[in-house]
Amino acid sequence: MAYPEKYMYTKEHEWLLVDGENGTVGITDYAQSSLGDIVFVELPKVGQQIEAGSTFGSVESVKAVSDLYAPVTGVVTEINESLNAKPETINEAANDTWIIKVTLTNTDEVNGLLSAADYEKFVSEETGH
Amino acid sequence: MSDLVTPISLRKTSLNTVHRSHKAKMVDFGGWDMPVQYSGLIDEHMAVRERVGVFDVSHMGDIQLRGPNSLAAVQKLLMNDASKLQVGQAHYSAMLYENGTFVDDVVLHKLGENDYLIVINAGTREKDVQWVRKVLGGMSGVHVTDVSDYYTQLAIQGPKAKATLQKLTGVDLAPIKNYWFTWGTVCGCHNTLIARTGYTGEDGFEIYVPSDEPTSSRVWAEVLAAGEEFGILPCGLGARNTLRLESAMALYGHEISDSINVFEANLGRYCKLDKGVDFVGRAALQAVQDAGGPERKLVGLEMIERGIGRDGYPVLALNGERIGEVTSGSPGPFIKKNIALAYVPVAYAALDTEVAVEVRGQPVKAKVVPTPFYKRPKKTQNVAELHVVVS
Repeated sequence: MAYPEKYMYTKEHEWLLVDGENGTVGITDYAQSSLGDIVFVELPKVGQQIEAGSTFGSVESVKAVSDLYAPVTGVVTEINESLNAKPETINEAANDTWIIKVTLTNTDEVNGLLSAADYEKFVSEETGH
Repeated sequence: MSDLVTPISLRKTSLNTVHRSHKAKMVDFGGWDMPVQYSGLIDEHMAVRERVGVFDVSHMGDIQLRGPNSLAAVQKLLMNDASKLQVGQAHYSAMLYENGTFVDDVVLHKLGENDYLIVINAGTREKDVQWVRKVLGGMSGVHVTDVSDYYTQLAIQGPKAKATLQKLTGVDLAPIKNYWFTWGTVCGCHNTLIARTGYTGEDGFEIYVPSDEPTSSRVWAEVLAAGEEFGILPCGLGARNTLRLESAMALYGHEISDSINVFEANLGRYCKLDKGVDFVGRAALQAVQDAGGPERKLVGLEMIERGIGRDGYPVLALNGERIGEVTSGSPGPFIKKNIALAYVPVAYAALDTEVAVEVRGQPVKAKVVPTPFYKRPKKTQNVAELHVVVS
């Protein structure tokens, strides 16, 4: 399954795992595949305030730069610093490679995100196949 | 199966179905539906540097000039001195506007006495053909033909390119020098133009076979099969771009355009002001030279701090003043450095000058380094052959 059902998704191709008020954020398999070889991840700082729909960092492949969008509003509690040395981990296992962890300010925001099935449908509509 | 269908508005090469059926990632490149990558950009890049890769470059255009005045026509049209070419030889050149900026950069081949082939860029094909007809309008003794659609052009590039292609032709490839060409039977196609040219900074060949789909896909498959023992990969335009960037070769619309002149682009060595023909753009370039040279120059930058300079990013002096712009920037997959080509005022063009590239609002330090960023190693003697001699 390309898009695990335990995650919620954004239309900007991030996934979010929610456990109470704790959230974990990564990018989807579709996102890594579209980007190609990832060579650089720009991470936020721990303690940084992020806002749903705003950018909190970026992912760069050889060819392109893509902003990272916060799925929810909150405060960054952890960043995956191993991505500084091995950004290609995202290509190898997008679903298992988290980028940031956040404390959610408003857990209701999660209801506005896409389920795995809705995200898969969204991707297929976006790519036309 | 809808991904096997090309949007109608895009042009496609005869290998389009092959690319799509092999799951290449396709993009719109200058109006062409082209593969940007097959297995992965970095893998493809490394295959060409270390082994061999094959590219479909059939989107490139070709203009043939024939007739008793064809040399005069070429000399008026292009900045390099074509009178120096022998039959079977090619060189880098460019078509210029009157003000010394670029219509396009080209590779000129002397096919025979009074017979020349100009290989032009895909995105500028119509413009180039119109320009040629306009410049040569009224000139007698030269016949201009757009032969772009006659050929499927494959670039076989890398240290094992010769060994790969040699399996497909009876022509001895070893004596063909860099930027020379010959004709021969390749994959059963007679009179195939075989040129030792490319756009990757590696040794390699470009072959021009008939553009019908059955022949094109058969030759593509035979090249892949011949290269299998060397680890050949089919490559897309993504790797082609990073390969040419590591080798600091110009790309139209980036390092060269209608707002950049020859001396700014550091291509003066291919521009022969004194060739004795008043080619289009000569007077303007003579004036630039007489005035002491250009005010800005193309330089190679290597990022010192963490960050990747990309096409269009501003270049700043260390005091924050905006001084120029990146024309092409990317990680260099082989040299493993973040590199860029950029225009800066000549005062900032000296080697080791520190500047900054503005990466999404933040200045990231870079320095001016020599180009090309990558130079292929000089050919060393084959160790196996050496052993035979010694024993």
